[in-house]
Amino acid sequence: MRSIRWLAVVPFLALLVGPFFVNQPTPLILGLPFLLAWIVVWILITSLIMAVIYAVDPANREEGA
Amino acid sequence: MNGALPFIAAAALLALVLGFLARRGKDMNLEQWTVGGRGFGAIFVFLLLAGEIYTTFTFLGGSGYAYGKGAPAYYILAYGTLAYVLSYFMLPPIWRYAKEHRLYSQSDFFVRKYDSPALGVLVALVDIVALIPYLVLQFKGLGIIVDIAGYGAISPTVAIWIGAIIVAAYVMVSGVHGSAWTSVAKDTMILAIVIFLGLYLPLHYYGGLGPMFTAIEQAKPGFTVLPAHGESLWWYASTVLLTALGFFMWPHSFGSIYTAKNATVIRKNAIFLPLYQLILLFVFFVGFAATLQVPGLTGSNIDLALFKLSVKTFDPWFVGVIGATGIFTALVPGSMILMTAATLIANNLYRAVNPSADDRQVSYLAKLLVPLVALVAVFFTLKGGETIVALLLMGYSFVTQLFPSLILSLAHRNFATREGAAAGIIVGVATVATVSLTGMNFHKLAWLPSAIQDLNIGIVALVANFIVLIVVSLATRAAAAPAQAAAE
Repeated sequence: MRSIRWLAVVPFLALLVGPFFVNQPTPLILGLPFLLAWIVVWILITSLIMAVIYAVDPANREEGA
Repeated sequence: MNGALPFIAAAALLALVLGFLARRGKDMNLEQWTVGGRGFGAIFVFLLLAGEIYTTFTFLGGSGYAYGKGAPAYYILAYGTLAYVLSYFMLPPIWRYAKEHRLYSQSDFFVRKYDSPALGVLVALVDIVALIPYLVLQFKGLGIIVDIAGYGAISPTVAIWIGAIIVAAYVMVSGVHGSAWTSVAKDTMILAIVIFLGLYLPLHYYGGLGPMFTAIEQAKPGFTVLPAHGESLWWYASTVLLTALGFFMWPHSFGSIYTAKNATVIRKNAIFLPLYQLILLFVFFVGFAATLQVPGLTGSNIDLALFKLSVKTFDPWFVGVIGATGIFTALVPGSMILMTAATLIANNLYRAVNPSADDRQVSYLAKLLVPLVALVAVFFTLKGGETIVALLLMGYSFVTQLFPSLILSLAHRNFATREGAAAGIIVGVATVATVSLTGMNFHKLAWLPSAIQDLNIGIVALVANFIVLIVVSLATRAAAAPAQAAAE
């Protein structure tokens, strides 16, 4: 299940490439300009992705690893 | 005497007391002093790794950036997040290697991996040249904060001296334990203050976040998106990538990896650190709120936005509370930088010329060096002119030059040779210095497409570094091969 680690590429695409497609002030999402909202949402998703990787990664079950 | 002063004084006292108490029950040998006996659990490691995000630079600079430039400030949110994603994969092998070989500093890592004390000296020098201006930045910020939040009752010079003495004292006594304990106070305060300010100020002045951003877009169209030229999308993407790679190359961040008691602690933190970064969002809200409320700050004065708006909005006692928080954002990172710089000089410069020195002597020397390094930083803070500003801008790019040879050394078979690593670092650092000192950037090359013109010039140094590393490594391997064959 180490291939799950490839999920970590997704935040890079979302935060480096994504803004090229969402660089606009509106619509406001929860009061935030669209670009800022995009970045914030992806930070939340990134945390989730890291949680999934952490849960599945066998390295975290090895003693003292 | 005004209402703000008691809070500012209390913060200084609290830092001192916590910093001293942190020593309790520990025999302060080099391993305890500099890497906390490699016994820190998730919370302390979390706070030390997060310490990097909440310095005076973010408190003053983050809000100032949003105030002065708008959307380009978003890059700070993005690079930290990506750096933490990298941390999951990059830091555990570093931690494991450091534990196996009982390493104390970032420079030690290069010494061991490349079996070259000379490379260690080079890395230590690059580190120190980057660290001292960073410490100066914290002291400068401290002076500004105490001056404004204390309504001018305490001059910046006095504040800087007192701050430097406090931080040097507790670093000498408690080392990294002092940084860890004071960071608990710092992060508690900053969480409460920043979230409150970030929600209250937009509500108070605009009736909420939505109305605030609508008003800003009306007054300054395009302020909440990246501009078409200058700090554009291309600038954003290249800067986020560069700074994410350089993030853990700061020697004090690198050193805080060593404090972890196991690698799981580090991996677990990669889940929560991105979330913690979001506190910066509230710092930005303060800066955005200030754009239309305290307009007119320009140049380096944009960093005053948070305090100017606070002084306009709140009673002195509350400005004092904000100032108290600001003091911690200067002292805690300051303490880590101070300890790291002293360790580097004692462990990697002194020991390189005097290899027979044992851990006890190095530890003793490192502690003696703390007040000296602090003194040098105070001197530059008070007397330093343009040079120090130039060094500040270069610091991040300097440490980023360590990335190629570090990341290659994590591979099973390291392609880079010590000569290649050293040549790459030297060329990278020289490129950064040349580019910064001559004010060179892609905009000077008018024939380039505008997308490329906006790229962060730091990329040039990193690419040059990589190419030289590869070429020199290939050359030294080719030269070594016949000699090896002859030996066999």
